[in-house]
Amino acid sequence: MAVTLFLPTVLARLADSGTLRSEGDTVGEVVANISGRFPELAPRLRDEKGDPYAFVTFYLNDEDIRFTGSFQSPVKDGDELTIVPAIAGG
Amino acid sequence: MTTTATSPAELSNEEIFRYSRHLILPEVGLEGQKKLKRARVLLVGVGGLGSPAALYLAAAGVGTLGLVDFDVVDATNLQRQIIHGTRTIGKRKLDSARDRIEDLNPNVKVEAHETPLTSRNALEIIRTYDIVVDGTDNFQTRYLVNDACVILGKPNVYGSIYRFEGQASVFATADAPCYRCLFREPPPPGLVPSCAEGGVLGVLPGIVGTIQTTEALKLILGIGESLAGRLLLIDALRMRFRTLNLRKDPTCPACGTHEIKELIDYEEFCGVRQAAADDAAAQSAVPEISPVQLAARIARGDDFDLIDVREPHEWDIARIPGARLIPLATLVNELPTLDSARDIVVHCKMGGRSAKAVQQLQASGFRKVWNLAGGITRWSDDVDPSTPKY
Repeated sequence: MAVTLFLPTVLARLADSGTLRSEGDTVGEVVANISGRFPELAPRLRDEKGDPYAFVTFYLNDEDIRFTGSFQSPVKDGDELTIVPAIAGG
Repeated sequence: MTTTATSPAELSNEEIFRYSRHLILPEVGLEGQKKLKRARVLLVGVGGLGSPAALYLAAAGVGTLGLVDFDVVDATNLQRQIIHGTRTIGKRKLDSARDRIEDLNPNVKVEAHETPLTSRNALEIIRTYDIVVDGTDNFQTRYLVNDACVILGKPNVYGSIYRFEGQASVFATADAPCYRCLFREPPPPGLVPSCAEGGVLGVLPGIVGTIQTTEALKLILGIGESLAGRLLLIDALRMRFRTLNLRKDPTCPACGTHEIKELIDYEEFCGVRQAAADDAAAQSAVPEISPVQLAARIARGDDFDLIDVREPHEWDIARIPGARLIPLATLVNELPTLDSARDIVVHCKMGGRSAKAVQQLQASGFRKVWNLAGGITRWSDDVDPSTPKY
């Protein structure tokens, strides 16, 4: 399945751009695919065990994946994965 | 001349005239304007987000504005903190903000809380307000504001910024999710740079702060669709706005299971104290040279290498004569170009990154390495005031 990933600028500098294409059948596979392509980005997306962090939220289309099966959430062609890290500036 | 006394719930003729553009909006009207006058809004932080929020809330006629801040106005604030001005550099932000608010709308009562918001005072301060606007700049205060608002049942109008991007939402209204439903735990210290470290487009807090203000006014007026239950993402560079659904997490320790019944130690929760201790230990563990001592070595014509481990855009702003730029991330690749037989002094902006560089060099067998204490900032203070500070 072809999925589009949207990265915020804080993470985009660790990849080619803020908009990336990736493949996989689940969110976890999509993230693993991207992590393999961008090793510096990988530790910002998931922990050493490959699990999501509590301070980086993944949205599949408009829904938080923690309520749809986390990294096991299935994806379909054309889905959009938006990565929302915690920021604190004010 | 006679004046007509007005009760807090009534509007004077001056106020009716002042708010005429509100009063002719059916969604606000006289009743709405009276609601605004009766409202008590607390702004935590009068910085980038708090500046536009305070100005627009005051202009809108919110009757009482509580301000929490303990900082003084610095010239570097003025690129975005528009409630302050060149005339108020060096003054307390609370005084600077109060002066501006009183000029903008003398009908607004300002309640100044000159203190950091802490676990000891947060409930007492927040309790007397209707709505909280979170304009803080660190994770520990954001979790503190969130938990206090959940415990007290006060809406928490959230905004957060970094470089060109912002987030906004309304947390802790009845049945709505809270900040912990979005981010259960903070990132480890140092992972997410602050605006002081990473920079921020000056107008961005203007965008996000006015969105927070819009949400606060809507809550007071009881109109429109609140951002509660939604997260607004703002990308100023691509000028894209996106809303995502926020769900209340039944396992959330604050608003779900309610296991957080009282405020905790947020510095401990965010790992801030340990990180500060680690940084201090790292800096004190490496050999140091003061800017005055470095100037003396340069003046004597000593033979040594001065390495600047900052980033190229910082090098463009200011540099110490004779330095060589090797950004910290590239130091490992440049090791073969350095001579371990020579004395090496390493510097950065404040001394933190260069302490790490010194440790890295020591681990690679360099023995004669010193960290410039206080970095180029203290060099400007103690040796050469013509060096720009940033």
